[in-house]
Amino acid sequence: MLRSPTTWLLVGQRLTIAFITLLIVSFAVFFATELLPGDVAQILLGQAATPEAVAGLREAMGLDRPAFLRFLSWLGGLATGDMGRSYVNDIEIAELVSGRLVNSLRLAGIVTAICVPVSLTLGIAAAMWRGSWFDRGVSIMTISFISVPEFMVATLAVLIFAVWLDWLPALSYGVNVDSLGAMLRAYAMPVITLSFVVCAQMIRMTRAAVIETINTPYVEMALLKGASRSRMVLVHALPNALGPIANAVALSLSYLVGGVIIVETIFNYPGVAKLMVDAVSTRDLPLIQSCAMIFCVSYLTLITLADMIAILSNPRLRQ
Amino acid sequence: MPTDPLVTVRDLRVGAITDASRKVEIIRGVDFDVAPGEIVALIGESGSGKTTIALSLMGHARPGCFISGGSVRVGDFDVTGLSERARRELRGTEVSYVPQSAAAAFNPAKRIIDQVVEVTKIHRLMPRAEAEERARELFRALALPEADSIGERYPHQVSGGQLQRLAAAMALVGDPQLVIFDEPTTALDVTTQIEVLRAFRSVMEKTGMAGVYVSHDLAVVAQIADRVIVLKNGEIQEVGATEQILTAPEHPYTKELMAAFEPVPHVPVEVPHSSPKPILEVEHLSAGYGGKPGAEPTYRILKDINFKLERGRNLGVIGESGSGKSTLARAVAGILQPYEGAVQLDGEELKPDLHERRKDHLRRLQIVFQLADTALNPAVPVGTILGRPLTFYHGMKGERRERRVIELLDMVQLPGALRHRLPGELSGGQKQRVNLARALAAEPELILCDEITSALDTVVGAAILELLKDLQKDLGLSYLFISHDLSTVEAICDDVLVMLNGEVVEALPAQKMSTEATHPYSKLLISSVPKLDTAWLSGLEQDPELVARFTNR
Repeated sequence: MLRSPTTWLLVGQRLTIAFITLLIVSFAVFFATELLPGDVAQILLGQAATPEAVAGLREAMGLDRPAFLRFLSWLGGLATGDMGRSYVNDIEIAELVSGRLVNSLRLAGIVTAICVPVSLTLGIAAAMWRGSWFDRGVSIMTISFISVPEFMVATLAVLIFAVWLDWLPALSYGVNVDSLGAMLRAYAMPVITLSFVVCAQMIRMTRAAVIETINTPYVEMALLKGASRSRMVLVHALPNALGPIANAVALSLSYLVGGVIIVETIFNYPGVAKLMVDAVSTRDLPLIQSCAMIFCVSYLTLITLADMIAILSNPRLRQ
Repeated sequence: MPTDPLVTVRDLRVGAITDASRKVEIIRGVDFDVAPGEIVALIGESGSGKTTIALSLMGHARPGCFISGGSVRVGDFDVTGLSERARRELRGTEVSYVPQSAAAAFNPAKRIIDQVVEVTKIHRLMPRAEAEERARELFRALALPEADSIGERYPHQVSGGQLQRLAAAMALVGDPQLVIFDEPTTALDVTTQIEVLRAFRSVMEKTGMAGVYVSHDLAVVAQIADRVIVLKNGEIQEVGATEQILTAPEHPYTKELMAAFEPVPHVPVEVPHSSPKPILEVEHLSAGYGGKPGAEPTYRILKDINFKLERGRNLGVIGESGSGKSTLARAVAGILQPYEGAVQLDGEELKPDLHERRKDHLRRLQIVFQLADTALNPAVPVGTILGRPLTFYHGMKGERRERRVIELLDMVQLPGALRHRLPGELSGGQKQRVNLARALAAEPELILCDEITSALDTVVGAAILELLKDLQKDLGLSYLFISHDLSTVEAICDDVLVMLNGEVVEALPAQKMSTEATHPYSKLLISSVPKLDTAWLSGLEQDPELVARFTNR
């Protein structure tokens, strides 16, 4: 399909907005972490440290400089890929984070690959046969999954599959993953737990978006042309529901990077979320900030992508 | 020898489930026939069941409704007896549908041509190339511009009148026996309506298809239908040839409908204490949207408007959609701040911005909006809605306010007990009366009426006009009356301003609009209003160049 220059202008505008949002967020992240109680130097040196030693360490770490200057140099570092060094163990943060990020992305990728097709199919099908037993079944299922907290699902999964049935390892990390079977076993439980929650959200929102477009006069018009139910939904309703669906999917997926702390903790899965929580307990400010920025970037990327799909799928915006 | 009818409807009953899950019958035993090639009109007010009956000919009932009894037969199909799957065979090929709002009935995400030929694809009637060729022929027959390429556009890229004709092409492409037209010109401007009606009529004559034409407008129906069925509350009141219904209606309800159509000439009201100053004077008023307030706006809507309204007189503002009528009311009321010009109320200059106006000025100039549904807070009872301006302008409280609310309801001919109800529990006409009573609560001298009868049925709208006249006599009000409906304006106004693209092109005395108009656009607009005469459209002669100049926006 032909895209006019104004389309790209619109896309460019959306990207600029995303970039500005990122700047504002980085500002907020930096100063919010500044507000955290406790002094890093004090914590690092312990209670017995003399005031002189604390002051010396503060100076050595550059903590005595004005906050705004530190913000600028931090931002400059981020832009060039230098995330700084951890206060606690003096390792490059990039090094600390990279392995964890790969783990998180791998988990998120597997969950996405399962959830998106399953949810879209179930959501669209439920909308197509609205009010049927199938639709009611899906609705009851999704509501129950949303209402059960994920730590409960995770704990039950461990209890059933690892303790009673002894089918799957209780921990995901540290087990031998050299064969495909072993890898599947290692990932099965965290993936199942996450999929429950994420799919339920996506199914509900997809169903709502499709139903909203089914109630429009142009879908009724398709009915009056003799179109079958599947044609009404797939050909007429779905293209117009694409924007809202993309947004719903993006919202659910963005949760997979940062919001999975409970799952990572229960299955002892070394992802970014767990790294950030550990960093908070040790007052490791550069690490906290970097993790927060990773979450923000992934969230923004997903939402911007969803907006672009909405723009490109709507001929009125595309003009 | 009479031929067999194409459509036979016997004792048709349609039920509906209300919000309170109660079952009601909205179509109560309707019988009628349509002969092959005949065009039958279903006439009635909103809620009379005309669209419901028309849709039942395709075996379709809107969500919440269901066909509960009787039979519908179209050609060889027993529509009511078929399963939903079997009914699909009928839709688009045997019976097809032209919707009220083509703008809403076209899928915004798909090209027009794909939607027009979709019927042939669904029913596997012909190859795609042949279907497209047939569609282009229909585009030409319906007098659409650029017939070869218009299908490549998206629905939002063509005008409303064109889209309505494209919807007709979509209905005709499957070569049906019967076409249902559901108020297909109601949403159009009068000058556009003419070309659409002409196109429909000529294509129906050429193809010899039968039609069911649903409308509330007798004058439109007179131009296209052979027979008219008058409906009320889901029952047939009268059936007759179009000529007979127009000239010799028999049923009292048909007579009532005809009476509402007859313009009642307006008699100017004598105001005893006539002050020398006009109640409203507008000089060089310009306004628009976008940009900073007070500065020249990005989109200029009103350009240099000048007029005077004498006390006790009524000024009509007419024009088509987009002419700036409503913007004029908003600029005078101060809702939209004008960037140039002055508005004087009784010789006193009004501040451009509503928030800077004196309370007394606000009180004396009130505005009534078109849609009472959105203008009245749905969560607040009528008594509170009317009580607020009483407290704000007159400091009334408690029992005194209550008494005044009852008086106000009485003024608009509503029972006082209505004050305990919510707007949602009132009929359309009642809501518009409450809307008017709220303006009256301020005790104004001038009321801006923005299309206040447009959303109402003819009979209900006529009653509102009567009420406005009575109130004028009793309270010495003046009205600035905005409408796209010329006969309404004629019924209540002394003078008329004709607007086009944000400018006043001509000022005329209302009673002599048709004879004294000199500006070509006023003439075009006035001559485009359908008349209760079956020969009107055929005899109408309009300069095609003029039509092209003023309607191709």
